[in-house]
Amino acid sequence: MTYYSLVFWLFALITVGSAFIVVMSKNLIYSVFSLLLTFFGVAGLYVLLSADFIAIVQLIVYVGGILIVLIFGVMLTGSVLTEGLKTNVTNMLLGSVATGALAGLLILLFTNNNLYPNTQVLTPVPLKDISRLFIVDYLVLFELLGVLLLAALIGAASIGRKEKV
Amino acid sequence: MVTLEHYLILSGFMFVTGVVGVLTRRNAIVVFMSIELMLNSANLTFVAYSSFLGNVIGQLFVFFVMAVAAAEAAVGLAILIAIYRNKATLNIDEINILKW
Repeated sequence: MTYYSLVFWLFALITVGSAFIVVMSKNLIYSVFSLLLTFFGVAGLYVLLSADFIAIVQLIVYVGGILIVLIFGVMLTGSVLTEGLKTNVTNMLLGSVATGALAGLLILLFTNNNLYPNTQVLTPVPLKDISRLFIVDYLVLFELLGVLLLAALIGAASIGRKEKV
Repeated sequence: MVTLEHYLILSGFMFVTGVVGVLTRRNAIVVFMSIELMLNSANLTFVAYSSFLGNVIGQLFVFFVMAVAAAEAAVGLAILIAIYRNKATLNIDEINILKW
């Protein structure tokens, strides 16, 4: 159990620290690459929560897909070539007041509430059961998701191309 | 002993960090990454509850959220690139043609 706590705190530190770098870094490239660390940290937390399937999907979709698309976005908008690589921070006072209030609310909610159980962690669910849920119980949702992805990708290609539609 | 509270507070911190990014940064790509952070913290909450309640459905919905996030990333970055092509800036204070 102590090893579990140790690994949890390690991943929590990685996640929160790199999330702060994502938001606070003046350099866009540093932000993108610390987002990579954040995604890795969250994937590690998923493994600790015995959600192996979700951890793998996190690595494939976020690290393999979304992050690469983000780096393409940084490169294609010419932020590396121009001085736009350095971005400034504004609204610091109002932003910190608003988010401080939000953080206080969330922590109050999470610590003051005993609606949740603190029992043992779920044992790892076999992939067979998860895929049965996808194919049998939530089939319509799954298919709709496929249609949504197709429409989104066609729309992205249509918006992003050079000539006028 | 790591309890559910630890995971919830961690995801709360991640969410608040994302909100700070959206409110204080002016580069559209950084705002975009902050939204991804918030989505990730919501996913973490889902998985933590699913794990501590012993119910797999939470993981299922995290999968759906991830697919929607992928679609959002593709469309969002296409829009950002189109805006950059037309206005040559990604500062969201200068992208205000919808405001009148």
